[in-house]
Amino acid sequence: MKRNNLLELRNISKRFHGVQALKQVDFNLRVGEVHCLVGENGSGKSTLIKIISGVYTPEPGGEIAIDGVPQPHLTPAGSIQLGIQVIYQDQSLFPNLAVAENIGISQHLEPGRRLVNWKRIREMARETMSKIGVSLDLDRLVEQLSIADRQIVAICRAMATDARLVIMDEPTSSLTRQEVDALFKVVRDLQDKKITTVFVSHRLSEVMEIAERVTILRDGVKVGTYDAGEMDDRRLAYLMTGQEIDYSTVTEDFNREKAVLEVNNLSKKGNYRDISFRLHEGEILGITGLLGSGRTELALSLFGMNPADTGQIVVDGETVHLTSNQEAIARGIGYLPEDRLTLGLVMDQPVSGNLILTILDKLLNRVRFIDGEKRRSRVTRSIDDLSIRVSDPEDPVNALSGGNQQRVVLAKWLATRPKVLLLDSPTVGVDVAAKTGIYDIVKRLAAHRMGIILISDEVPEVLHNCHRILSMRKGRLVGEYFPHQTSEKVLSQKINEG
Amino acid sequence: MKGKTGSFLKGSEFYLLLVIAGLSAVLTFTTENFFSLENLFDVLVSYSFVGILAVGLLVVLISGGIDISFTATATVAQYVMATVITQHGGGWGTAFLLASAIGIALGILNAVLVHHLRVHSIIITIATLNVFYGVLIFVTRGKWIYNFPDWFASGFSLFDFSANDGAVYSLSLPILVLLVVLAMTGFLMNRTSVGRQIYAMGGNMDAARRMGFRLFRLHLFVYGYMGFLAGIAAVVQAQIVQTVAPNSIVGRELEVVAAVVLGGASLAGGMGTLFGTVLGVALIAVMQNGLILLGVSSYWHKVVIGLVILMSVSITAYNRKREERRHAEIDV
Repeated sequence: MKRNNLLELRNISKRFHGVQALKQVDFNLRVGEVHCLVGENGSGKSTLIKIISGVYTPEPGGEIAIDGVPQPHLTPAGSIQLGIQVIYQDQSLFPNLAVAENIGISQHLEPGRRLVNWKRIREMARETMSKIGVSLDLDRLVEQLSIADRQIVAICRAMATDARLVIMDEPTSSLTRQEVDALFKVVRDLQDKKITTVFVSHRLSEVMEIAERVTILRDGVKVGTYDAGEMDDRRLAYLMTGQEIDYSTVTEDFNREKAVLEVNNLSKKGNYRDISFRLHEGEILGITGLLGSGRTELALSLFGMNPADTGQIVVDGETVHLTSNQEAIARGIGYLPEDRLTLGLVMDQPVSGNLILTILDKLLNRVRFIDGEKRRSRVTRSIDDLSIRVSDPEDPVNALSGGNQQRVVLAKWLATRPKVLLLDSPTVGVDVAAKTGIYDIVKRLAAHRMGIILISDEVPEVLHNCHRILSMRKGRLVGEYFPHQTSEKVLSQKINEG
Repeated sequence: MKGKTGSFLKGSEFYLLLVIAGLSAVLTFTTENFFSLENLFDVLVSYSFVGILAVGLLVVLISGGIDISFTATATVAQYVMATVITQHGGGWGTAFLLASAIGIALGILNAVLVHHLRVHSIIITIATLNVFYGVLIFVTRGKWIYNFPDWFASGFSLFDFSANDGAVYSLSLPILVLLVVLAMTGFLMNRTSVGRQIYAMGGNMDAARRMGFRLFRLHLFVYGYMGFLAGIAAVVQAQIVQTVAPNSIVGRELEVVAAVVLGGASLAGGMGTLFGTVLGVALIAVMQNGLILLGVSSYWHKVVIGLVILMSVSITAYNRKREERRHAEIDV
């Protein structure tokens, strides 16, 4: 079936202060298709989106046509009028307003409208929600909604204005598997209504699941547009990065004789029940399960921040009662939190300051001030060890890319020389190449005889990087798997059932 | 309808009401005059000025900004208005129009600076407070104005009625103006597109920009409205005290900020209700009135107000923490 093109871009280039963000890119979208745009950070995805939404103007020679009509002077307002809606990663909602008002916010901007027609706004919200088959309480404030529900509000707002093209920038990066499924259902419904969706994503397996066509950008150049059917995530990763990614399972052995962490019948009411396992020296143990399965709560208990009700934790042969994270750190347990942006780093402080945050007491000189020399050598060593790409250690952390930020968090914990390192979803929001870098680091740490627990709901992640995998469901451990004896398909089935 | 206005009594408003009721009960039993029509009307009249300014500040806080300069704006408006009606005559129309026009002009100046310099509005308005006030003192040499015309001295009132004690009470000018300002602002913030855009802008400025809100116009409106109400409040205050002293209003801005914040408005923007603001002003009014009736030295008034603000903020913070904890447990 040949469908008409909704949008055509030809020969689009864009340069910022001498940096070529896009180079002669052609791109087209068909009416009613789901199109994925993939590429690493800095590959030009967001520049392309901003050209479509009229925020940036392409360099002379580039052409934009919508419905076959050339649009030489596209503005943000003009692009909205043509039915193009962008849902930004931060969703751009008004947290202090109710769901209905967020969806119907465009009513306030109608030319000539002075008074608010609350009835009309509620109707508009209700209609839009039923159009895409969702239902939320109209009077709830958006700040009280889960991230997934906010995403739905953002989609409804885009739909309420008769959108024909909805561009979603990283819509799944903070969603759980179930929420992603709900979102995909909405996208398919949009497709039935001949609305085109552009999906920008890091999660390649999801891209394959939803997309009809995939366009890959690398360093501002289009690698190509492919039918999703002829793609698999390995090929996609290769095209995105230009490098073969290693998909073998972990082979390095670990010390089966020595347990660095032993958990016996650990329970906490409302969180998890009767958890027992052992973690050996140099072992990478995967724990996987859906959000709400208790995995994060368990990790927090092992780090002293969510003390268990009953049961026993043994670190290095010694029974411990962890009631604070300071105790856990003192016992040799490190923790890399799920949301690295808010929990792991002081974002606007320099890289160097973040690196030494956990070991300040080891850097003190005789008068209890921080010793400049010790501080410098420590920072340099951390940066070299983990090959953090930073031009100056005094740059703030938020100037680094996601992958490099992740390394800074890792370095921060490594400085405490932990025996056990808890990694909670360490690669959320990180692109393929940076992920590989993080996996390498994790394996290197294990080789240094650290015991590592890797919590993740991405099956390939645990499958390719762990010695052993435990799965959790509803607060209980329900299965133990060995990567060389199972497959991605089997494992994801096990996790998602029930 | 209703974003924030929906739930009539939000948590913080309920606590405020409780505190005011408790305080009033205590004062009723410990003082002779607190629970009397005379005292009630006295308090209403003398706090109408703070009330009007608080309403203006509420709108600025909802929009995500803050204005400190309104006392200086009010002083300038008051002085010019008083000079004109004492020397050239005129009526209520002249007084209100002149004062509010000057208020709007100074408010617009604030808006232009806030919007174009992109410096936090607290810095801008502290600066303009000093500029407005400094220029006024320099030009007038701090001279007081007394000899108001008769019509200005007598004011006007509605619904006169005699109480059992024989005195005559009525809705006098300050009370009437306060009621009109409340009704007008309530309509503005809940029923007009501009009002809702101001809420939205205060909730998420970036999103408002991306949606194509005309932020400059909104800023002009918000700071202009604050200036407008500062002008109106200036006339009311002059009518109550029948003198214009250049230094009588400046210095009270923090009392107004305290009242609005006590009433649940957030300095981060996007939050706050008129009802809450009314309660915030009422709490401060009852407290100060009570302290006067109890014969407490005026030096202690500020200490007590400070402590009450700390307590109220602590209760709010504690409740938020409890709320978060409850959410966390549901999430598991």
